[in-house]
Amino acid sequence: MKLKNIVELLNAKVYCGEDQFDMELVSACASDMMSDVLAFVKDQALLISGLCNPQVVRTADMMDIKCIVLVRGKVPTSDMMAIAKQKGIAIISSDYRMYSACGVLYKNGLIAGDQETV
Amino acid sequence: MSEALHLEFEVAGNNFVSAGGASDEVKKTLKMLGVSTASIRKVAIAMYEGEINMVIHAGGGRAIVDIYRDRIVIVLQDNGPGIPDIDLALTEGYSTATDSIRDLGFGAGMGLPNMKKYTDEFKIESEVGKGTTVTMVVNFV
Repeated sequence: MKLKNIVELLNAKVYCGEDQFDMELVSACASDMMSDVLAFVKDQALLISGLCNPQVVRTADMMDIKCIVLVRGKVPTSDMMAIAKQKGIAIISSDYRMYSACGVLYKNGLIAGDQETV
Repeated sequence: MSEALHLEFEVAGNNFVSAGGASDEVKKTLKMLGVSTASIRKVAIAMYEGEINMVIHAGGGRAIVDIYRDRIVIVLQDNGPGIPDIDLALTEGYSTATDSIRDLGFGAGMGLPNMKKYTDEFKIESEVGKGTTVTMVVNFV
């Protein structure tokens, strides 16, 4: 699924990554706890989170995640934007809540990409 | 590279914006050196968790990194409060982090377990009231 499709499906506002609309994203994960992202995420390209601070972007970068979807209409801080731009990470924000955002994307073919359970 | 590439970083305490900067530098260096993506991921996770720990629990510290042809050795030193019970601290889910730290997305009790999980050698030396030194080795694949 391309980033532009995700933006459309979530009716999202794009804060970073307008030039990456054709980027292909094949799997996703969702968490507000960055330690869980670091512990359990494998090769997901997209992180859905309600957390809105610079460490979300740092965590994404450590895990080679290319796009962050902020839910519940969160607005990224200037610190987040600066790191994201430097790292080439897209940040978009949707008014959907976490569960709904995940549901919409999953229903439209963006898989978890990780069938392991813990 | 027969000799180690030596890097040192000061990690500022209680600064959540700069936290992760040292890990970022190490990740970039490993990428430049052509280290495999799998190995870089392990190093990035372990060092980033360690860096965050120093910021959250110890008021900052120092990261000393030596990169060899086949491995990386990371030493994280702090002068924080120390860890009274290391075995307990290594238990998944155990955390002494405050609610304000949890609000920042950390403090799930996964930091030290993650560091151990993603490294090939892992050692903690800690003295209450003096500080903690964590030594981690990741062998490159």
